[in-house]
Amino acid sequence: MSRIPLRIMTPALRRAALMAPGLGWLALFLLVPCLLVFALSFFERGLYGGVDYVFTLENYRRALEPLYRSILINSAWLALLATFVSALIGYPAAYAIAKAPARWQSALLVLVMLPFWSNYLIRTYAWIVLLNREGLINRALAELGATQPLPLLYNDFAIVLGLVYGYLPFMVLAIYASLSRLDPALLEQSADLGASAISTFLRITLPLTLPGLAAGSVFVFVLSIGNFITPDLLGGGRRLMVGNLIYKQFLSARDWPFGSSLAFLLIALMMLLLFAQAVLVRRSGGERPA
Amino acid sequence: MRLGRNHALLNLHLALVYAFLYGPILVLVALSFNRAGLPTAWTGFSLRWYEALAGNESIRQAVVNTLIVATVSTLIATAIGTLLAIGVERGRSGPVLDAALFAPMIIPDIVLAIALLSFYSMVKLSLGLHSIVLSHVVFNIAFVAAVVRTRLKHFDWSVVEVSADLGASALTTFRLVTLPIIFPGVLAAALLAFTLSVDEFIIAYFTSGAGPSSTTFPIRIYSMIRFGVTPEINAVATIVMGVSFTLVLASQRLLGERRRS
Repeated sequence: MSRIPLRIMTPALRRAALMAPGLGWLALFLLVPCLLVFALSFFERGLYGGVDYVFTLENYRRALEPLYRSILINSAWLALLATFVSALIGYPAAYAIAKAPARWQSALLVLVMLPFWSNYLIRTYAWIVLLNREGLINRALAELGATQPLPLLYNDFAIVLGLVYGYLPFMVLAIYASLSRLDPALLEQSADLGASAISTFLRITLPLTLPGLAAGSVFVFVLSIGNFITPDLLGGGRRLMVGNLIYKQFLSARDWPFGSSLAFLLIALMMLLLFAQAVLVRRSGGERPA
Repeated sequence: MRLGRNHALLNLHLALVYAFLYGPILVLVALSFNRAGLPTAWTGFSLRWYEALAGNESIRQAVVNTLIVATVSTLIATAIGTLLAIGVERGRSGPVLDAALFAPMIIPDIVLAIALLSFYSMVKLSLGLHSIVLSHVVFNIAFVAAVVRTRLKHFDWSVVEVSADLGASALTTFRLVTLPIIFPGVLAAALLAFTLSVDEFIIAYFTSGAGPSSTTFPIRIYSMIRFGVTPEINAVATIVMGVSFTLVLASQRLLGERRRS
């Protein structure tokens, strides 16, 4: 009996049936919770930490008060710095991999991505060991005759370093993807026509790999601005980022509606950036000769 | 001449990038075998920090909890993520579908964590290991689907049609034709999902509720780090990194076999 209904299913129906459990799960445990956060952000905080279902725009007004605005701007600034440094380090690294012998390239890429798949907490902790006042770096400096330990930990420097450390692999991977699609004949022609290596790079390689650079930058920026662990552990809780602020609203201040408004601002910014990047990719894809 | 020098500089840069990525991890590994434990001085090789871990009951409990969560969430996510990938690849995926499959990978952990906490408290679901499993499946579905989809890109769908023409039911075709072909990809996806779940901290932290019965290993590590730099963490780090790297390299091997053949 059970064979017949399966047979009479049209391909479209069968495809829907295959996708239903996965998409259903994402709808129930991703879409609905995110919509709930969006809804919560328009309600008032209850007296004892609950939610009063009264419509208000107060949470968003509060998110833009100078105190919170400065945290939002600070988060964006640190994420931007991390993105910039990652691009600066990541581009030449991706370039070196793309120039390496073909049979090594996939191994070199796996080596770049491997840390991403491992424990982020522990990778962040490693920098505490290296950077703290009695850490490895300050000890080495003391051996060399430094009298004062450098304040390497619990500041913006440590946060940006931690973010670059965590997300550099995405930048390298995205730029490599663009570089590997580059037609080598183009570069040869440019050299044949007498262009210098630098001019070929600036006029051909860089513009054509801009989509990869943009994709890597959006990844690093989005992952950085929403980060919680790095500012918490390497910033020592002294420099808050928006992730820490959301955390506090949910677990200590018990102001879920305000925390929700901050989370929604983060999602909105993220969607805007992803959309801009998709447009950029489409545009550059359209201009590329077939 | 100039090109050669540029090339050497590029390779030096790449070597420095690898040193940057792996140096801190290697420091932890070295310290975990240091008798003194802290980076004061090398006082001799010792396994005392590993012995200290083995005798720690709360860590043992946390490891068991993590293995339960990771195993169950990997099984669920691999099953429905694989079906999802097959469904997506059998037709044309539009921008909405692509976005839906990309969203769980890119959404900030803290946002997914508070969204799920709000949702569970709204529907009055109790918190514990089961709620962590439900949550981990969300991002694992996306990763499994992404890995299996890359495998399906080279899949020849005509074999499925032949099987159906020969009278096999959809289930038989899946079991005897589709699954064996894509199995290395499915296994690779499962290994990656397991790794992600074992290492995930923030979402587990928010959706675990209180108490040691639902404390996972990363939650335990977080409180150890917050407590201060202690030598046991280095031993924990070495074990965790070793397990993650092994699983990921195994999955890459499974995925690489296809590319070579």
